[in-house]
Amino acid sequence: MSVDQSLADLSDTLFSISVAVYSVAVVAFSAQLAFGRRPARELVGAAVGAGPDGTSIPGAGRAPSSRWGLIGLALTALGALVHAAVLVTRGMAADRLPWGNMYEFATAVVLVGVVSFVVLAVRVPGVRTMGAFVLAPVVLSLVAIGLFLYTETGPLVAALRSSWLAVHVSSAILGFGVFFVSGIASVLYLLRVRHDATGGSSSVLSRLPAAATLDRVAHRTAVFGFPVWTFAVIAGAIWAESAWGRFWGWDPKETWAFIAWVVYAGYLHARTTAGWRGRPAAWVNVVGLVVMVFNLLYVNMVSTGLHSYAGVS
Amino acid sequence: MTITAPPRPAAAPQPPARPSAGRRALGLWLRWWRRLTAMRTAIILLFLLALAAIPGSLLPQRTLNQNAVRQYFAEHPTLAPVLDRLYAFDVFSSPWFAAVYLLLFISLIGCVVPRAVEHARALRAAPPPAPRRLLRLPDSAELTTPLAGPATLDVVEEELRVRRFRVVRRSGRDGEELSAEKGFWKETGNLLFHLSLVALLLGLAGGKLWGYEGSILVTEGQGFCNSFQQYDTYSAGPLVEGSDLSPLCVDLEDFRAEYEENLTAASFTADITYGAPGEEGRPTTIGVNDPLRIDGDRVYVTGHGYSPRFTVTLPDGTVFEDVSAPFLPADQATMSSEGALKLPDLGAGVDDQLAIEGFFAPTGVLQGGILTSIDPRALAPQVAIIAYQGYLGLDSGLPQSVYSLDASQIERGSLSEVGRANLAAGESLTLPDGTTITFTGVSQFAALQFSHDPGQVWVLVSAIALLVGLLALLLLRRERFFARVGAAAEDGGTVLTVGSLTRGGGESATRFAELTGELRTALAARSPEPPAPSSGGAAPGSGGSPE
Ligand code: HEM
Repeated sequence: MSVDQSLADLSDTLFSISVAVYSVAVVAFSAQLAFGRRPARELVGAAVGAGPDGTSIPGAGRAPSSRWGLIGLALTALGALVHAAVLVTRGMAADRLPWGNMYEFATAVVLVGVVSFVVLAVRVPGVRTMGAFVLAPVVLSLVAIGLFLYTETGPLVAALRSSWLAVHVSSAILGFGVFFVSGIASVLYLLRVRHDATGGSSSVLSRLPAAATLDRVAHRTAVFGFPVWTFAVIAGAIWAESAWGRFWGWDPKETWAFIAWVVYAGYLHARTTAGWRGRPAAWVNVVGLVVMVFNLLYVNMVSTGLHSYAGVS
Repeated sequence: MTITAPPRPAAAPQPPARPSAGRRALGLWLRWWRRLTAMRTAIILLFLLALAAIPGSLLPQRTLNQNAVRQYFAEHPTLAPVLDRLYAFDVFSSPWFAAVYLLLFISLIGCVVPRAVEHARALRAAPPPAPRRLLRLPDSAELTTPLAGPATLDVVEEELRVRRFRVVRRSGRDGEELSAEKGFWKETGNLLFHLSLVALLLGLAGGKLWGYEGSILVTEGQGFCNSFQQYDTYSAGPLVEGSDLSPLCVDLEDFRAEYEENLTAASFTADITYGAPGEEGRPTTIGVNDPLRIDGDRVYVTGHGYSPRFTVTLPDGTVFEDVSAPFLPADQATMSSEGALKLPDLGAGVDDQLAIEGFFAPTGVLQGGILTSIDPRALAPQVAIIAYQGYLGLDSGLPQSVYSLDASQIERGSLSEVGRANLAAGESLTLPDGTTITFTGVSQFAALQFSHDPGQVWVLVSAIALLVGLLALLLLRRERFFARVGAAAEDGGTVLTVGSLTRGGGESATRFAELTGELRTALAARSPEPPAPSSGGAAPGSGGSPE
C-alpha cells in the first residue's frame, strides 16, 4: 500500500483553497451584519436597508442583508465541497479512511461543523446571521490545524486497521462537529442575552438571531449530538476490548470522553430544570465544548495514552 | 400523625409528646433519603464523578503507567507522598471515587425505582381528567362548530385515535370532556436509560471484583499457563482466588511483524496453540484487534520484540545451546532493544555465574563504534554485549528485574565485567577463562495478555439498552390533549375548547396549531351545509343537528 503523492499534494492544495473560500464567506457574512437591517424590535430608526451600491429599493425584493447572507451561505457550501474533497483525496491517496491521525480527524470535525451550520441555515433562514461567528472560528481552526497538526499522508498503524475505525471515529467526528455548532450558538446566546439585558447598542450583536432562536439551535444540535457521542464512546469501548485488552481503562482520552459525556448530559438536564434554564444551561454547553477541545488538543499532544498514535508526528 | 397545638392561653397540663427518638431518626433519614434520591442530586453526583476523574487524567496513574508514577515521585519528592496519601495515583480505585460512585448508584436507584412503579401504574390508568381552565394550558384554542356536543367530541376522538392517542371521555362538572395521552415510550425510554446506567455500574463493579488480568513475554517456541506465578505482572479483583483461574496453556509457535515501505507497522500476528494443561493444543492465529476468545477469557497480543539467542561453551566443553531472553524495545520505530541474559546454573559454585547485558539492533549499523538500529525488521541483527562473571544475587531474597542486572551487585564487586564486544550473527566473544559466547541469531517474543472480565457482556448489554433508552427519551414526545364542549352563546352549535401539554421536543405551538387546524377541517367536513340565512337554525343548545 503506497501513497499516491500527487493525490496527497492535491489534498493539501484543496485544504488551502477551502480556507480561502471560507474566508471570503466570512467577509460576505460580515457584510450581512454590517449592512443588514436590524431585526424588527429596532427597525424603527435604523437605516433602511440600502445596499452598499444604494440600488436596492426598500420593501421590494430581498433586503440586502439577506442577499449578503445568501452569498455567504453559497460560499460556505462551496467551501464545504472543497473541504470534503480534501478528505476524499487524502483517503484515495493512502487508500484508506481519511481519519487516521489528528490532522485528518480535526479537519473532518470542522467539516461536520460547517455542514451542520449549512443545514441549519437552509432550514431556518433567521440563523444565517450567525454565519460570521461560525465561519470565523472555522477559518481559525483550519489555519491552526494546518499549521500545528499537519501530518504527511501515510498508511495506518496496525492498531487502526479495523472496521471499528469507521464506526468509532466517524461517530466521534459527527458528534464533535455538531457540538462545535452547538457551543458557538450558546456563546452567541450568552452575548445576545447580555446585550438585550443591558439594552446594549452593539450593532453587530443586535443583528444576531433572537436569544430564543440561539438557545433552540444550541439545544437541538446538542440533542442530536448527544446520542451520537454516546454511541461513539460505546463503539470506542467495544473496539478497545479487542485492541487494548479491556473495554475501559481510564486512559486519558477515555476519561475526558466520559467527562464530556457527563457535561452534555448535564446540559440537557439543565435545560429542563427550573433555575438552570437560560444562561446557566448555556454555560454548561460552553464548558462541554471546551472539554471536547481540551480532549483533542491536550490529551493528544501533552499527555500520553493509548490514543497517542493519533497525535502529530 | 397530627398534633393539634393547644390554644395559647390555656395552660396545657400535658405538652404535646415529642416524637420518640426513633421517629425522629426515621424522619431525618427520610428527609435525607428524599434529598439523596432527587434527580438534582443525581446530576450533581454525576458532575462530581466527572470532576473526580480529572486528577486521574492529569496525574500519572499506577494502573496505566508505573514508571510515570515513579518519575513523578523523583521529580516531586515532597508533594508526591502527600498526593499519594490522597490516592492521587490510584484515583479510579480510591475510596473517595468509590464513594461518589456508590452514592450516585443509590441516588439513581432511589430516583428511578419509584418512577418506574408510577409509570407502570400510569400505563394501566386512564389519562387524567381535563384541568378546569383549559385556556390556561401552554397551548390552547377555542373552536366553534354547528355540530352538537357529543358529535363534536366524536370527531375529536376519532382524529386523536388515528394519531395513536389513548382517549377517554368523561362528563365533567364543566361539561362533557375528553382526555387523551400519548408518548408513553418517552417515559419508558427515560426509565430504560436510567436503569441501564445502574446496570452498567453494576457490571463494571462485578468485573472489578471478579476479574483478573495477567501479562507475560513469551518467546517463540515457549509458552505459559494461566496462573499468577507465571505472569510478569498481574492484577486481580479482591474476590478472585488463585484456584478460580481457568486452566489454559498457550504456546507461541511463530510471530510475524509486517511493515509498510515507510516502516509503519502493518500487522502483528502470532500463531499459537492453546488448550487445557496436558491436552493436545488447538492451533489458531491471533493479532492486533483480533484476540483469542474462549469461555469469557481472552488472550491478546499487546506488543512484541526480539529475544537474541546465544550459545555458551564453557572451557570444559559443556555447551548451553541457544539460550535467550527477551530484550525490551527502547524505541518502537527501530526496535533497538535492551536486556539481560542471566545464567546462574553454569558451574558448580555460586561465583561461577555468567550474565550478559546488552543492546540489540535488529538492523544494526556501527556509527563511531556505537551500535544503533535503523530498521525495525531483523535484516542484519547485531548485539553489543558486556559479559559479567560472579554472583548474580538472584537468591538474595531481594526482587530484581529480569530485564537488567542488579547494579548493586556490580558496585559491590560480586559481579565483574569480563569482556565486551559487538557481535553479528555467528560471531563470538571469548572470555579470559576460555568461555565463548556466540551470538547465534534472534527469535521474536510476543507480549501476551490474559484477561478475564465476567462483567463485560453485562456492561455491553447495558450500554446498548442505555443508548436505546436515550434515543426514545430524546426523540419521542409525551403529549396530553384535552377537549371540552359547551353550548355556544348565541347562534347555536358548540364551542369546543382544546388544550395540550407537551413534554420534550420543543415547538409544541406549531404542532398544536397544526392539530387544531386539522380538527377544524374535520369538524367542517362533518357539519351540515351552513343553514340558509332565512330558515331558522336549530335552537341554541338543542343539540339536534343531524349527523
Ligand atoms: C473506551 C474506549 C475509547 C474511548 C472512550 C475513545 C474515545 C475517543 C474520543 C473521545 C475520540 C475523539 C477525539 C478527540 O476528541 O480528541 C476518539 C477518537 C479516536 N479514537 Fe478513540 N476511544 C476509545 C477507543 C479507541 C480504540 C480502541 C481505538 C483504536 C485502536 C481508537 C482510535 C481512535 C482514533 C484513531 C480516533 C481519532 C483520532 C484522533 O483523536 O485524532 N479509539 N476516541
